[in-house]
Amino acid sequence: MTIMMPASDQAVLGRRDAIVAALRAIVPGEGVIDSAAEMLPYESDGLMAYRQPPMVVVLPDTTEQVSKVLRYCFDNGIKVVPRGSGTSLSGGALPLADAVLLGLGKFKRIREIDFDNRVVVTEPGVTNLAISQAVADAGFYYAPDPSSQIACSIGGNVAENSGGVHCLKYGMTTNNVLGCEIVLINGEILKVGGKACESAGYDLMGVITGSEGLLGVITEVTVRILQKPQTARALMVGFAQVEAAGECVARIIGAGIIPGGMEMMDRPAIHAAEAFVHAGYPLDVEALLIIELDGPGVEVDELITRVEAIAQGCGSTTCQISTSEQERLLFWAGRKAAFPAVGRISPDYLCMDGTIPRGALPEALARIRTLSEKYGLGVANVFHAGDGNLHPLILYDANKPGEMDRAEAFGADILRACVELGGVLTGEHGVGIEKRDLMPEMFSDIDLNQQQRLKCAFDAKGLLNPGKVFPTLHRCAELGRVHVHGGKLAFPDLPRF
Amino acid sequence: MDTLKVRDAADVGQVVRAALASEQPLEIIGHGTKRAIGQPMVTNALLDLSALNAVVAYEPNELIITVQAGAPMADVLSLIDSKNQQFAFEPVDTSALLGTPANRGTIGGMIGAGLAGPRRVKAGGVRDHLLGAHAVSGFGDSFKTGGRVVKNVTGYDLCKLLAGSWGTLAVMTEVTLKVMPRAESERTLVLRGLDDVTANTAMTAALGSPYDVSGAAHLPVSALHPAGGALADLGSPRQPLTLLRLEGITASANDRAASLAVALGRFGASDIVEDGVSAALWNSIRDVAPFAAHGALGAWPVWRILAPPASGGAFGQALARETGGDVIYDWGGGLIWAALPPSADARATLLRQRAAAIGGHATLIRAAEPLRRTVDVFHPLDGGVAALGERVRQSFDPKHILNRGRLARGFNA
Repeated sequence: MTIMMPASDQAVLGRRDAIVAALRAIVPGEGVIDSAAEMLPYESDGLMAYRQPPMVVVLPDTTEQVSKVLRYCFDNGIKVVPRGSGTSLSGGALPLADAVLLGLGKFKRIREIDFDNRVVVTEPGVTNLAISQAVADAGFYYAPDPSSQIACSIGGNVAENSGGVHCLKYGMTTNNVLGCEIVLINGEILKVGGKACESAGYDLMGVITGSEGLLGVITEVTVRILQKPQTARALMVGFAQVEAAGECVARIIGAGIIPGGMEMMDRPAIHAAEAFVHAGYPLDVEALLIIELDGPGVEVDELITRVEAIAQGCGSTTCQISTSEQERLLFWAGRKAAFPAVGRISPDYLCMDGTIPRGALPEALARIRTLSEKYGLGVANVFHAGDGNLHPLILYDANKPGEMDRAEAFGADILRACVELGGVLTGEHGVGIEKRDLMPEMFSDIDLNQQQRLKCAFDAKGLLNPGKVFPTLHRCAELGRVHVHGGKLAFPDLPRF
Repeated sequence: MDTLKVRDAADVGQVVRAALASEQPLEIIGHGTKRAIGQPMVTNALLDLSALNAVVAYEPNELIITVQAGAPMADVLSLIDSKNQQFAFEPVDTSALLGTPANRGTIGGMIGAGLAGPRRVKAGGVRDHLLGAHAVSGFGDSFKTGGRVVKNVTGYDLCKLLAGSWGTLAVMTEVTLKVMPRAESERTLVLRGLDDVTANTAMTAALGSPYDVSGAAHLPVSALHPAGGALADLGSPRQPLTLLRLEGITASANDRAASLAVALGRFGASDIVEDGVSAALWNSIRDVAPFAAHGALGAWPVWRILAPPASGGAFGQALARETGGDVIYDWGGGLIWAALPPSADARATLLRQRAAAIGGHATLIRAAEPLRRTVDVFHPLDGGVAALGERVRQSFDPKHILNRGRLARGFNA
């Protein structure tokens, strides 16, 4: 492991038996897991290169139990790592040796479907897809669709502010949640937001979303649901140069068209995907765009024509337009299977997740190519091109000494390039442990201190998910101190009225 | 009271640090158009951001604009309009409602107030379009949060807190906002003669349809004052109006308007107004024109009430009957503007109890200063959430140097 996690508290580890017993008194039966063998599935999340057995696993099934577990940990200075389905790609749910792993997997009930207010109130362990399925008969769905939607939980989606292919048009998790029940580390249960469009007071829901399990434990979520678009059709457009594909993306947006999804794959990704799912992807192109238009039939037909003309104007070499739902899904099949497809051509791969301004796509790709040569590792590129979110897949073999370190260094350089090009370290996977030590590339100490002050407002003891997101931890007392420079300062000499 | 007109972000830092050192709370203003919203503040000086008025970068193809916080709304809106773009959340222009000069107001004020217009039901609010900010906290620290791209989960999303914080957390100096293409066409389906509850049902059906409705408002007859402009003209002969907006490429807007008319057939005959006429209607609703300060109800206090959308009609109807006030519904019933006849507490107790009972909340958006001294302008929060909100505020401004007293009573001048 190349990343330093907070030192284990030996005093806590020494009390492990008493802690397990206390947790059993709160969560009876099989809800407390302490045997090494049974804790194995909890050792890592979707960032599988990192593993760490937790001290103990607790799986409560009521909010009251969550509250009591947290209160107990708060009173006894025990760290807590919350976990949903464990699909985080940034190590957000990586356990700590001296921490309680708090799994929300038993919170599997949808509590209320309210079509009139267009919301679903659900427990956090319900999967993203299950929400859409629960309302599908009435023609509704939940818009954010991370590619792990079969498995990932809505609680985890809120923690990570998950995106997906369709967030270009429909927004990320933060744009689609209205409220939650959250349990603070001291056991306090709070209701934030609700069925109204906006909550009173500061937008706490907004800052809880994407807080990566560092602020509280969510035990209920209220999400917005939408009517499914009447139709959806896709274009599959090939280009001889990546630059032309990038230009096409820019011109579509420039023409005022916001597609439901706009994805790009580069040559290695196209070839890997085609070999895996036989979607009929052209193999003699450098870049492939899959552009989906959704809405009423007349709108989709008209926009397909406009997009096709734009693509031709950008020098597309191939252009296929789906004429059936089956064909549309086939276009997507390769894209959606891109990660496992790449998994077939390489023993291991690292999935990166930076965002850049759309206009910087060609430049970013050129830099990634140069870095690929420098590190001697292959890379396949898959992008949410519409919003500039890159997913370079770095190919390596963990069994070859030093290759994983090289892959990680390559990945870090890609993310640095994203920041240099005006973008950010992570578009949808979260910081977790993976990008934690890169945070100073984007934020100054002052920026990070302000974020940690917010953390202090929720969790002054720093017990919730420590070691994630922030490269350096400061004490809340120190962060909260106001530094008054040189005693009484006069207002600067400015025009006064 | 001193007005400190800062020239750049460095000045802002200096002013805040000086204010900290001398424990002199600051009132933060742009053009000062919304100073009459909130509890009367307890401040010793004005921090005037209106000279921080530059457009830093406008990149239409990236769908973003970066401006200094004091940039005039009017200039920014006309700039993005020149590229056929807009702020999709339709920022409310409060000048008619508050009786302040027209065409004033800054981007910083727009964000601090966080007041979104009719399209919020489809496009989200101000908080959904603020991508990044540079700001000076109450520690006197100049920090940044977010970025200049839409898809970003790097660190806590402090932008969400800044939007709608009424200048109580930090002084924004530069912000990046998402812009969106303006729709090619708009159509508004007009239903007439529905009572508030039935209209609420119609709006619920429309928003639950696949026709991508981007505005759903209802105006009872009482709200159609002769001075109400575009709305009053449409509401003649005097009948309540239920308005449903569809935007997009022309063929699509036409198609959806026709389909929606059929789907809502049980609510009676409807007609359709187009483009410019339609836009004028929605601007009037956005800016709450029927309750304008210069109009018949100019002296009445005005509440902004948020409710679960499907509960709005019954709530508003009962409120209007009981108080003799007027109401307007936007956001499919999720937003109720209420002008109530003057009374000792602007009916705050009644309103708050009723709103809380349905999971809503109410802000006294317009009231004379003496009333704002004795009534909670912003909806009082439950204990735990209030305490957390206060800890969050302190994490930005522990000495209460920024807009002291604006959000809650309890400060003595």
